[in-house]
Amino acid sequence: MAKIVIDGIEYEVNPDNNLLQECLSQGLDLPYFCWHPCMGSVGACRQCAVKQYRDADDENGMLVMACMTPATDGSIISIADPQAKDMRERVIESLMISHPHDCPVCEEGGECHLQDMTLMSGHNYRRYDKKKVTHRNQYLGPFINHEMNRCITCYRCVRFYDDYAGGTDLAAQASHHHTYFGRHEEGVLESEFSGNLVEVCPTGVFTDKAFSEHYTRKWDLQTAPSVCTGCAVGCNTTPGERYGSLRRIVNRYNSEINGYFICDRGRFGFDYVNSEERIKIPLVKNGAEMEVVPAGELQPTIESFSGPGVIGIASPRASNESNFALRCLVGDENFYSGISDDEFESTQLILSLAKDTAFHSPSVREIEQADAVIVLGEDLTNVAPRIALALRQSVRNKAIELAKDCNIPTWQDAAVRELAQHDRSPLAILSSYATRLDDVASDTVIDGLEALAKIGSAIAAQISDKAPPANSAEESVGRIAEQLLNAKRPLVIAGSSSGSIALIQAAANIARALNEKRSSAIDLCLVVPEVNTVGMSMLVNANKTLGSALAKLQSGEVSKLIVLENDLYRRAAHKVVDAALDKADAVMVVDHMPTATTAKASCLLPSTTFSEHEATYVNYEGRAQLSFQVHRNHASAIPAWRWLSDQQHGDVDALINRCAEEAANFDKLDDLLPDLNQFVAGMKIPRQSHRYSGRTAMKANLNVHEPKQPVDDQSVMSFSMEGLPLSSDSPIVGSAWAPAWNSNQSISKFQEEINGDLKQGHTGELLIERNETGSYQELASNTGSANGGLQVAIAYQIFGSDELSAKSSTIQQRMTDAYVAISPADADALGLKQGDNVSLDGNGNIAVACIRSKIKQGTAALYCGDNEVDRYALGASVSLGKAADANLVRGIKGLIVSDLYEEGY
Amino acid sequence: MSTNIIASTATKARPLTAAEISEIEHEMELYPDKQAVGLEALKIVQKHQGWVSDESMLAISKFLDIPVADLESVATFFNLVYRQPVGKNVILFCNSVSCWIMGCDGLRSHINDQLGVDFGDTTEDEAFTFIPVPCLGDCDRAPVMMVGDDLHRNLTEEKIDQIVADYRNKE
Repeated sequence: MAKIVIDGIEYEVNPDNNLLQECLSQGLDLPYFCWHPCMGSVGACRQCAVKQYRDADDENGMLVMACMTPATDGSIISIADPQAKDMRERVIESLMISHPHDCPVCEEGGECHLQDMTLMSGHNYRRYDKKKVTHRNQYLGPFINHEMNRCITCYRCVRFYDDYAGGTDLAAQASHHHTYFGRHEEGVLESEFSGNLVEVCPTGVFTDKAFSEHYTRKWDLQTAPSVCTGCAVGCNTTPGERYGSLRRIVNRYNSEINGYFICDRGRFGFDYVNSEERIKIPLVKNGAEMEVVPAGELQPTIESFSGPGVIGIASPRASNESNFALRCLVGDENFYSGISDDEFESTQLILSLAKDTAFHSPSVREIEQADAVIVLGEDLTNVAPRIALALRQSVRNKAIELAKDCNIPTWQDAAVRELAQHDRSPLAILSSYATRLDDVASDTVIDGLEALAKIGSAIAAQISDKAPPANSAEESVGRIAEQLLNAKRPLVIAGSSSGSIALIQAAANIARALNEKRSSAIDLCLVVPEVNTVGMSMLVNANKTLGSALAKLQSGEVSKLIVLENDLYRRAAHKVVDAALDKADAVMVVDHMPTATTAKASCLLPSTTFSEHEATYVNYEGRAQLSFQVHRNHASAIPAWRWLSDQQHGDVDALINRCAEEAANFDKLDDLLPDLNQFVAGMKIPRQSHRYSGRTAMKANLNVHEPKQPVDDQSVMSFSMEGLPLSSDSPIVGSAWAPAWNSNQSISKFQEEINGDLKQGHTGELLIERNETGSYQELASNTGSANGGLQVAIAYQIFGSDELSAKSSTIQQRMTDAYVAISPADADALGLKQGDNVSLDGNGNIAVACIRSKIKQGTAALYCGDNEVDRYALGASVSLGKAADANLVRGIKGLIVSDLYEEGY
Repeated sequence: MSTNIIASTATKARPLTAAEISEIEHEMELYPDKQAVGLEALKIVQKHQGWVSDESMLAISKFLDIPVADLESVATFFNLVYRQPVGKNVILFCNSVSCWIMGCDGLRSHINDQLGVDFGDTTEDEAFTFIPVPCLGDCDRAPVMMVGDDLHRNLTEEKIDQIVADYRNKE
C-alpha cells in the first residue's frame, strides 16, 4: 500500500494502479473518457487532468493526466486545483466542438457518460459557433445503431471491439477532425460482443437498435437484478421494462463472472418475453379441442396429475424451484432428466468431477488468469461466449508478464500491447472445426471427436506416466503438455456440447496428470449448454434418464406425464417422442412459448419467463445465483413451480428454503436470499428509479383514476419508486446510478475498489463441495457402427442454438438455416457446392452445405438450426446427398465463421 | 481462403497482378509480420493502378491475411493513399505558411481558372487531379508544387501554364 495526498487528505492506495483508478476507488469524482476499468489507460482524451506537486513545498505543481500517472507512494495531487479544473473544462469544450447536442433525441440521453462528464467538468456554455464536422452513418446490422456525429474520438470502441474482444471489422479511419469509427463498408458488425459498444461508448455513437424501436429513458425503466438465461455462464444482467413489455437488457457487474461485458445473445435474446405467441391462458383438452378453462375449475385437472403412474420430466432451462417443485410433486423415483441421454451421461460425469478435490471450477475471472489453456472439443464462442471472451484475456497474460519484467505498469495498455506484439500465452484448441478463437490460439488441432479424445489422452500421458498410456502421431502433443506443465495457472476446458464423453474424460485426465505434478487443484472448466443444466442434473437421480421415461410411457408402464418448460423434440429422436406422447393418457405441459411438445399437451399451463419471476439457477461452476422478478405478467401466467405446488399461494422463499433442506448439495441455496434484517422499517427495494415518470398517467387510456400500485408480497423488491433509497451499499442494485453518474459507469460507486467486489457482496453461492478423490478415467470408445458416411460433430451457433433466444425477433435476424459443414474434398466427392440443400441420411432432414477449409476430410459438423434437424435420429456418422429444393428461407448467408471455403469476397 | 478475416462484404476482390505480387512479396521479406506490410502493399498497388479501389483493398487484405478494416484504417489515415480514382498527373500543391506568404492563393485560383478544378477535383479529361499538401519541404523556393514525382519551384502563373502544357504534351 502507498499513501498519497489528494487535496490535502491522505489516502491509502495501491501503488500498482494509476491515479485516476485510485481516485475513483476512493469515491472521488474525476472525469474521464478513454480509460476503462477493464481496458486500462491510453491517455487519449486528456480529460482526467490533475495537478501534481513534487513535494510539500512545491506551490506551482504541474498538470498530469491522472490515468497515465502511477499512484506512487508520497504523491501529492489536487483535483480541485483551479488550473486543473480549467484544463478539464477546456478539454471537454474541444471534445464537444462537433458534438450535435441532440440529447433530447439521443438514446443515450439520461445515461450518457458524456453528459455526466460535461456537467462534472463545468463546461456549460458553448463558444464554438462555426460549422461542425458531420459524418455519414453506416448500417451495422440488426443490433447496433451508428450515429458518428456524436463521437468525441475517445477510441474506446475500437479498443474494446478489436483489442479486447478480437473483432476485425471495426476500425478507426482517417485522422484529426474527421476521424471515423466504422466498418470498411456497411454491414453487420460481426463480433459476438458488439452489443457492449452500447455501454463502452461514452456517448450515443453506438446505441441499442432493438431498444430504439421501443425506446424508454433509463429512469423510466422498471429494473431488477437478473441472471442471463442464454447459456450456462450465468452472466448478471439488468433487464428493463416499461408499459408491460421488456425493453432491453444491459450488463450488471459481477466481479466473478461477467465483469463489465456480456455477449450479444444475452443482450438481444430476450424479446420472446413480449411475443404475441406466448401461452397466455390455461388450456385443457376436451375431446379433440383445447378449451379455455376458468381458473377456478382447473384444480381437478391439475389434481389428476398426482399419485402413482405420473412421471415428470425436468428442464435445463427451468429454475431450481420449478424443477424441485416438480420433483416434490411426482417424487424422486418418477422425476426424470430433461436432456438427451448422452448429454445427461456427460453432465453426470461433470457433476462427479465437480466433487473431485484434484480440480477447481474456475470462475470467468479466474479463467482470465490462466497462462496456458487447452480447450477440448468445445466451440466456446458459440456455446459459452463469455468464456471465449475471457480466454482472449488469458492469452494476454504473457504480455502482462513481459511488461512486469520491463517495469511497465499493466494498466499502460498501449505500451503493454506494443511490447508484446504477437507474443501470447499458449492456448491450444482441439476441435472438429475451426473456431472463432483460433486467431489467438498457439495450436489448433482439427480432427474427428474420437481422434481428438485420443490426442487429449496422449497429452495426459505425456504429462504424467501414471495416466493411462496413450500415443498420438499429432506433433503438438509434447508441446502442449509442456506448456501446461510449465504454466503458473494451467486451465483445461471441455464440456458436454461436443457430445463426446471421451473428451471430458480426456480433459479430466489431463487435469489430473497436472494435479499429480503440482500440489494445487487444477482449473478444470467443464461447460454445459443451458442456464440450469447443472441445477437440473443435481436434482435428478443419475439413473433417471429421459430415454427410460419415454420407454416407460411407450410401454404403458406409466400413463401420465408432466413436462416442465421443455421441448422434448429437442432432446430425443422425434419418432421416439411421438411414440411416447401418443401413448400417454394425459400430458401436462407447463411452458411459456409454444413448442412441438406443447402441441401434444392435454393440459397446457402458462408459466412466466425469466424476467417475470424470482428464481435461482446454477451455472457451469456449480454457482447458484438469484434472479429477481423485473415486471409482472399481465396474462394469467404464473411461475411453473406454482402450478406444480400444492400450495398455490406459497412464496418462492419458502420453496428455496425447502429445496435447501431436502435436495442434496443444495444446502447453501437459501444463503442467496436477501437478509431481511437489512431492510429498515419494512421498506422494500424499489424496482423503479426515484425519477420514474408518468406513473399517474400511464394507464389513463383505461381509466383516469390512478390505479393502486401492485403489491409484491413475494419479494423484498416492490413495484414502486418508493422504498429504500439507492445507496452505494444497497443490498440489491438493479440499475446502477449515483449522484452525478447516470450512466452504467456509476458502477464504480458500488465497488469496494475499481474492478473489486460490489459493496453488497453477493456473487452467488458455490453449491458443490469437493470432498472426493477420483482416479484416471478409461476413455469411452464410440461403438456406433460407421455406415460409410461422414463422422458427425454437432456445431453450435450463438444465434440459434439456444432455444429461447432463438425465439427473439432480434436474434432471428442473425440466424441461419441448419447447415452441414464439410471439407472441400468431401464436397467434391459428393458433388456438393456451397449453399446446396443436402439431405441427411435421406430421412427427410435437410441442411445447407457449408464448405469449410478447416475441417477434416471424412468428418462433418452439423448445425441443427432451431431444432430443424432431428439430430437424435442420426447416428454417429451420416451420409449426405444433394436434396431437391427445400423450403429453407435463411440460407447460410449470415454465417460468420473464420474459414468459409468459397470466399465471400 | 483466409484464417482471420471475415467474409461479409458486398465487394469481390480482384486478382493482384504478378508484378504487384512480386513486389509485395519482396516487402514481406523486409518486415517482421504481415500487418506491417499493409502500407507498403497499398503503395505498390497505387503505383500500378493509380489508386486503391475497394476491390484492390480486398485483394491486399486477402493476400496478406489481415483484416480489411485495418487496411482501410491505414489507407484513410494517409492523404496520399488515393481511395478514389485520380487523374494521370496528380498536382500536389503546397498551401502551407511559406507558400502562402509567397502568394500561393493567387496561383491556386490561376490553376482553378486554367484547369477548371479546385482542391480535390480531377479534370474532365482525367489528365490532372489537384490536391493540397501541407508542406513539400522546399520553403526557400516557395511557392512550390509537385506534379507526379517532379518538384516545381518558385512558381509563377506563367511557369504553371508551361508545366501544365508540358505534361499535356507528354501524353
